[in-house]
Formats: sequence, structure tokens, C-alpha cells
Amino acid sequence: MATSVRAERAGSPPPAAPPSSPGSRRRRPSPGGLRSRLYRWDIKAIPYVFIAPFFLTFAAFGLFPLLYTGWLSLNRVELGGDPTWKGLENYTDLATSEFFWNALLNTFTIGVISTVPQLLMALGLAHLLNYKLRGRGFFRVAILAPYATSIAAATLVFAQLFNTDYGMINGLLGWIGIDPVNWESSKWPAQIAISVIVTWRWTGYNALIYLAAMQAVPQDLYEAASLDGASRWRQFISVTIPSIRPTILFTIIVSTIGATQLFGEPMLYGGSVGISGGSGNQFQTLSLLMYEKGWVTGALGQASAIAWVMLLLLLLIGGVQALVSRHNRKKLGG
Amino acid sequence: MARTLAAPRPAPPAASAPGRRFRQTAGRQHHAGPLTYVLLVLAAVVSLFPLYWNVVAASHTGERVVEAPAPLLPGKRLLDNLSFAWNQVDMGEALVNTTVVASLVALSTVLFSTLAGFAFAKLPFRGRGMLLSLVVATMTIPPQLSVIPLYQIITDLGWFDQLQSVVLPSLVAAFGVFFMRQFLVEALPVELVEAARMDGAHSLRIIWHVVFPVARPAMAVLGMLVFVQAWNDFFWPFIALTPDGSPTLQVALAGLGAGNHTVDHAVVLTGALISTVPLLLVFAFLGKHIVGGITAGAVKS
Repeated sequence: MATSVRAERAGSPPPAAPPSSPGSRRRRPSPGGLRSRLYRWDIKAIPYVFIAPFFLTFAAFGLFPLLYTGWLSLNRVELGGDPTWKGLENYTDLATSEFFWNALLNTFTIGVISTVPQLLMALGLAHLLNYKLRGRGFFRVAILAPYATSIAAATLVFAQLFNTDYGMINGLLGWIGIDPVNWESSKWPAQIAISVIVTWRWTGYNALIYLAAMQAVPQDLYEAASLDGASRWRQFISVTIPSIRPTILFTIIVSTIGATQLFGEPMLYGGSVGISGGSGNQFQTLSLLMYEKGWVTGALGQASAIAWVMLLLLLLIGGVQALVSRHNRKKLGG
Repeated sequence: MARTLAAPRPAPPAASAPGRRFRQTAGRQHHAGPLTYVLLVLAAVVSLFPLYWNVVAASHTGERVVEAPAPLLPGKRLLDNLSFAWNQVDMGEALVNTTVVASLVALSTVLFSTLAGFAFAKLPFRGRGMLLSLVVATMTIPPQLSVIPLYQIITDLGWFDQLQSVVLPSLVAAFGVFFMRQFLVEALPVELVEAARMDGAHSLRIIWHVVFPVARPAMAVLGMLVFVQAWNDFFWPFIALTPDGSPTLQVALAGLGAGNHTVDHAVVLTGALISTVPLLLVFAFLGKHIVGGITAGAVKS
């Protein structure tokens, strides 16, 4: 309000006409009220104008495709052909398809062995970075460097490092007396290798998110804990972790969403047999199966059904998460 | 979801108010011991080694890369491999395409996100809360759900293998809107907007003279994050573009890796290097700001 007083003193004399409304008081007299009509329109409509680009883009490239995919999933559609109505047949076919269950299980196992170590290591790293450190900036940028690499670049490099015959990782293992591991065609080693790529790319990123949360934890909590004789480890478990729990939950959700959509790493890791997730589908994920159904087999209806199953899975995970966090809050709040 | 996504910026508990001045050093009360340095150096080595080895592999012949034991020191073939990747497999064109795509996506996302973020943060309008929740909710929709219709749309429009099919769906992102809104809620005093309004400024003037100056740091961070993401995007470009048409770097790399061309692993890894080095340079120069941006935004999409 101070500003308006100043403006009154500095600006041209106010209009002779009595002020009509507080909003337009400072405006020049406008013949026919056109400016004030424009002004009111400006105030009322402009928020919608500003948010319109997002909603228009989303409607065209998000919502419409989402619904259309849902409709396609109820049809038989060949690539380039016309749909014929099939009801839920695509879904019931999935339920009896061993490829679907295999892909679902692979998505789950790769998700777990990439997300769990990734977030645990990120927590540990964040804790270390939270000490008074020399070279803090260097360490932060160094652990973030993998985030700068793309899925494709990272996967192609790791495919060489994990190569069964000449890869450096088997070289290292041989050095300490372990027989070469078949990182491509054995199921678990291949899934672990893919998880390593995911973990490598995202650990530093998550560590920095945790670090930011840790730096917002009030110092007096630590002081009180150390007065009570808590060790540093004890403080980490009893002060740091509970204080940043919302952030941890957030990273779990985001990593889970990412893991559910895993596509590029297994595809490129598998090389010429990447689309089928390895020679025996040993690392075919849901996204890969969807791509194979849609673009290799040409069965877009089935591919759409897989896409919708993924959405339902995410909703399920979100629901479970909401239940768990509500339960936790009740337990804590009493 | 809104609650979860808002979570990374936890409000300090009320009890902390008296201890506010401590928060500068909070949690960093102890000096690091030797073990901390050992572990951090180890983490830095693990993070950086694959990048170093990428350089090594790109500087040898294809035959040498697939020989055991794998090379550990750079060879002499880097320039040859670079010129081969540049001329024979056209990584140069892919680099230009990727730069164009990522720049357009970053610019438009920053512009539209700032406008929408400002509206959600400071302008009163009907349905604001509900619409904001809707924005946040869209972040959870997997891209797999839209690729089939999108593919049909771009084929019908004759956009298959053309860059606009990658740019248009990414013109603005929910993450950006939410990011700018969170920033502007705190950073832009509503009095500033009202004062400008009193002085008779219309909304575009307010955007230009009040919102943009205040939002500039967040716009820079958002721009970098979106640029990195668009640069590295794989799933949709892989479907909409082909390695032999007008690929982005990631699509070109997928073509190299899958053996569309003669698989010379040194050339493949040279391609990987070409796709990584520009972003690494950006990180080396702007590392601090990017670290700050990630910790401020705390959202991975």
C-alpha cells in the first residue's frame, strides 16, 4: 500500500472522476471504459492464459493418448490396420502369457536390486558429504558426473566392462581368483549388471537430494542427542533418518516409478537380442515387452494393454505407499 | 501425490525456531575422519572410472578394445575414431539435432513453466488448487501410456523421423510448472505484483519487469535440468526417429550399439563419448549451480 501512496505523489494527478473501484483508481480516464474492461479481462483471464500451454500440451500429448491407449487395449489392432473390438481379451491373454509374467517378475527383481542398494548407498554418501570436508565441491560434482551421461552412453560403456570374455570386471574377478561370470546370458548376473548401470547413474543424484534434506535438520537435535550420549551412528539412525523421512519416501516413489518403466538399459545391454531382453528373455522388462508387442509383432492392442497394466501397477504402488505413510503417521502421532 | 512431491522441502519443526542460526552448519558439526575420505575417494573413483574408460576405449582400435586384458591407458586413435564417427556414421549431425531439440525444449519449458508457475503461485483464480493437483498428478503417468497414439499421430502428420515429433510433446512439463511454482511462492512478494498492478501495469509487463527478474535463478536451474533431460531422453525419440534419418545422439548411439553399422566397439564408444562430453563440460563449469539446483528442486523425472 505504501507504493500506491508514493505513486500518487509522483504520478500525474488522479482522474477528476470519482474512483470507481479500488483496482482501477490509479488508471487514466478511459473513454467508454474500454481500458477498464480490458483491465478486468486481464485480471480474470490471464491466469488461465498462463496455465493454458501446459494443459493444452497435456491434453494433446498426454491425456488424449492415455485414453486412446485404454480404448486400443480393448481392441485387436495391427500396426497400420483398423481396430476390431475384443473387450478384455488382451488383458486375459496377458494373464495367461508366460512372457508377461516373466517380464513382470523381471521388472520387479531388477527394480529391487537397483533401487534398494542405490538408495542405501545414496544415504551413506550423503551422510559422508555432510561432514566438514576438504574438497567438498569436487566430491559433489564427481558423484554427480554419472547423471550427465545418457542411458545409451552409460549402457554401451558398461556392456564392454561386463563383457564375459574380455571385460574388465571379469578381469578383476579373475585377479582375485573368481571364475569368469557370464554377465550376458545367465539370468541373475545379467539382471545384476543392468541394475549396476541404473545404480551408477542415479546414486549421486539421490545422495545430493538427501544431503539437502540433511542440511535442513536442526543442529540442536544433534546437540541434545550427543548430550544424551548417543554415538554418531546412533545419531544417524535416530536423528538424521527420521528427520529426512519425507525425502526418503519421495526418492523411493520416484525410483519405483523409474524402475517400472525401465527400457533403455536392458534394450541396449542386450545388443542384437536387446528387444527380447536377452536370448532367453532373461531381462525382458514390461516396457521392452510392450515395445516388442507393438513394434516388432505389430500387435498394438496387446501393447496398449501392457501399458495400462503398468499404469495400474503404479497406482497400486501409490496406494500402498499412501496407506503405509498414513499408518506410520498414526503410529507416530499417537 | 501432491503431498509426497512437496515433501523434499520439509518445513523445519517448530522446535527449531530458536536454533535457527545453527542451521547454517547443521549436521556438519564434525570434521571428517580419514575413513570418510577413503570412502568418498572410492565413490568418486567408481563414479568417474567408467567415464575415464570411455575415453580410453575411444582412443584405441576396435580390435584392441575387445582384447583381454582391456586397455587401461589412452591409445593414439582418438582423432581417427572421432573423424570416423563424425564423417562415416554422422554423429556430427546427431549432435546438431540433439542441441536443437534440447535447446528448444529447455527454452519453451522454462518460459511456459514460469508463466504457469507464477499463475499458480500468485494469481487468484477459480479452481487453482484442483488444477495444481492435476498438474502434479500427471507426473506419475508413464510415457509408455502415450507412445502408441503418439506414434500414430506423428505418422499421420508425416512427422515420423522428424525432429518436431520429439520437440512438440515436450514443450512444457508438469515438473517445470511445479518447480517454478514452489520457487515463486516464496521468492516473489505478492506486494510487488500488487504495486505493479496499482501503477497500471498489465500482466505481460508484470511478467517482464517483475516476475522474470525475480525468477531468473530458478529459470536458469530449470533450464539446465530440462536441457540435460532432453539431451539424454531415449524412449520416445527411439520410437519416433531412426538412426539413419535424423536421429538425436541417443538414437544414433542405439543404432551403433545394436549393430546397424559394422560393430566397431571403439567407434561405438567414441559415439558415446561425443554424446557425453558436452554435458560433462557443462557440469564441470556449472557444477556448483547444478548441484544447487538439484538439491533445490529435488525431483527426478
